[in-house]
Amino acid sequence: MTKAALFRFLFIVFISFSFSNGFAQIEVCKTCPIKTIKEGIKQAKPHQKIIVKEGVYKEYMLIIDKPLTLITKEKATIDGENKGDIIQIFADSVTIDGFHIIHVGSSHTTDYSAIRVDRSSHFLIQNLELRKIFFGIMLAKSKYGTIRNIKVFGDAVQQHNSGNAIHLWHSNHVLIDNNTLIKSRDGIYLEFSDDCVISNNISRENIRYGLHFMFSNRDEYRNNTFENNGAGVAVMFSKKIKMIDNHFQYNWGSASYGLLLKEINDAEIIGNTFEQNTIGINVEGTNRINYKNNTFKRNGWAIKVNGACYENVFTHNNFLYNSFDVSYNSRINNNTFNENFWSGYTGYDLDKNGFGDIPYRPVKLFSYVVNRTPNTIILMRSLFVDIIDFSESVSPAFTPDNLMDERPLMKQVK
Amino acid sequence: MLKILKYSFYDLIRSRWSYVYLAFYLLLGFVLLFLNNDLSKAVITLMNVIIILVPLIGTIFGVMYYYNSKEFTELLLAQPIKRSSIFIGQYLGVALSLVMSLVLGLGIPFVLYGLFESSAIWDFSLLLVTGAMLTLIFTALAFNIALYNENKIKGFSYAILLWLFLAVIYDGLFLLSLIIFETYPLDKFTLIATVFNPIDLSRILILLKLDISALLGYTGAIFNQFFGTSLGLMSALGMLTLWVILPVWNIKRKAQKKDF
Repeated sequence: MTKAALFRFLFIVFISFSFSNGFAQIEVCKTCPIKTIKEGIKQAKPHQKIIVKEGVYKEYMLIIDKPLTLITKEKATIDGENKGDIIQIFADSVTIDGFHIIHVGSSHTTDYSAIRVDRSSHFLIQNLELRKIFFGIMLAKSKYGTIRNIKVFGDAVQQHNSGNAIHLWHSNHVLIDNNTLIKSRDGIYLEFSDDCVISNNISRENIRYGLHFMFSNRDEYRNNTFENNGAGVAVMFSKKIKMIDNHFQYNWGSASYGLLLKEINDAEIIGNTFEQNTIGINVEGTNRINYKNNTFKRNGWAIKVNGACYENVFTHNNFLYNSFDVSYNSRINNNTFNENFWSGYTGYDLDKNGFGDIPYRPVKLFSYVVNRTPNTIILMRSLFVDIIDFSESVSPAFTPDNLMDERPLMKQVK
Repeated sequence: MLKILKYSFYDLIRSRWSYVYLAFYLLLGFVLLFLNNDLSKAVITLMNVIIILVPLIGTIFGVMYYYNSKEFTELLLAQPIKRSSIFIGQYLGVALSLVMSLVLGLGIPFVLYGLFESSAIWDFSLLLVTGAMLTLIFTALAFNIALYNENKIKGFSYAILLWLFLAVIYDGLFLLSLIIFETYPLDKFTLIATVFNPIDLSRILILLKLDISALLGYTGAIFNQFFGTSLGLMSALGMLTLWVILPVWNIKRKAQKKDF
């Protein structure tokens, strides 16, 4: 062994020794020298791992100001006793894993939350179960983090005194994956948060929205299920959002919808299923959106267009048994409907090319009347309404006459 | 009265038209269930049929039966029988045979497709009850028209006109008035206007039961408040009963005074 090689060997031994020392785990339990998580955090060096054994830890305001891993394999419970924020993270590369966190406590002036991440990056929050919370996980000005396998069971009753399960504010590049969010105010709320991915979540029975975007751009959500929420999913004032393969279902009530789009530009809405919502998609002020391969099944209104919508393209969608397929409130139409399947289509296909030979007009006169005078909805399904709808479809006088599907599909899109 | 009822009833259920009517409903029920196999969806489709067809058949049958059995009625009048028994008996004979065709014709297919295990049973029974009510109402109205008009052609045209008015024209006027007075609060007006038309009343009653009430929005909320409770349901059914009682009472009154 040469001298150089010996030095190298010693150096490696030294490095690995010092590292293993630095990574030595801290254990917290009722019988350990360290009995509280707070004490554990205080004693830990950066990048150290704190293992919490089983038990209920009545602690709050756990401030993590250095890179740490806080983990339990035995589902230790942190009980905040309704005193305020439970865990606050002010450092990069923090991992929180496996806890039950309960009793956050509500306030009308401060947004108390189970976990607050403030101005940090590369955090990993996973495998948690949150109950009796105000806000669940609150991210503020943080980035490049992951939130996954979180179960939130809220008990929100009214909007003004409840919080959101996952709340992002000015937080970019966050992955929110595989969470179950029940009965909060909003399931997931994004404000000024760009480039986030939201996937495989189930958000249901929230009293406001299952998912709520405000001023957030280039985000993507796919494979989520939004069910039975107070008003559905709202995407507002955002650009370049991708909405793919989600399920919006059973959002049923006089002010409910599957998806609300307001001031949205350049979005992609592909492969989603809208089933049994009072309004499938409520559209207002949206431009250049592609609707493709979506299925609208048994909704009250499949798509309700409230004006200022230009250059949207609807193609290869299934419209199945909706009370109203498309509703418009003006005579001007700048949107394209092409090659969709309409269950209400009664035309024929003589040349057998798979497309109906006569165009389909999805806007019924009655839906126009209802838009103008909501009271008239009481005449739904009466013979007179069927008659005026028929005569309007023969020669449109009130509905946009260029709004039609020139090539309606004869078979459902698979 | 019972004897006359029995006679009219047997006379009618032996007639070809009752069988055609029954066969039509049987076919309709089976085809509907064969096509979508979903009881609750079939109930919605049936609603459309019931609120249009049942009144039409009731009106036509009622007028037809009255004119056809006129000679026999005059023969009966020569006997010492109370006039009210003759006419009410005939009316009930026609109405009940129609109700029977409806209930059996729709009931048999649905029972065979497992109605009793389905959650749609209440919706379906409500459908049958309103169907039966509509039959009773429109047959009574038809008898009234026939009693007032000796001329067959006139009687028939009035009967058709009555059906057309209640099934179509009324809704048109209703819609127009809602649009013309859209700036006024119209909730009470809407409620009252539906009550005055048995077809509309039945339609709303079934719609509210069929879970599309949320579509009706704010107006629907008011209707739901009214009809959604059991008290509201009772009062709506009470209203329909009133629609039966008044024309029947008028049959009795007119028959007593009429000069044959």
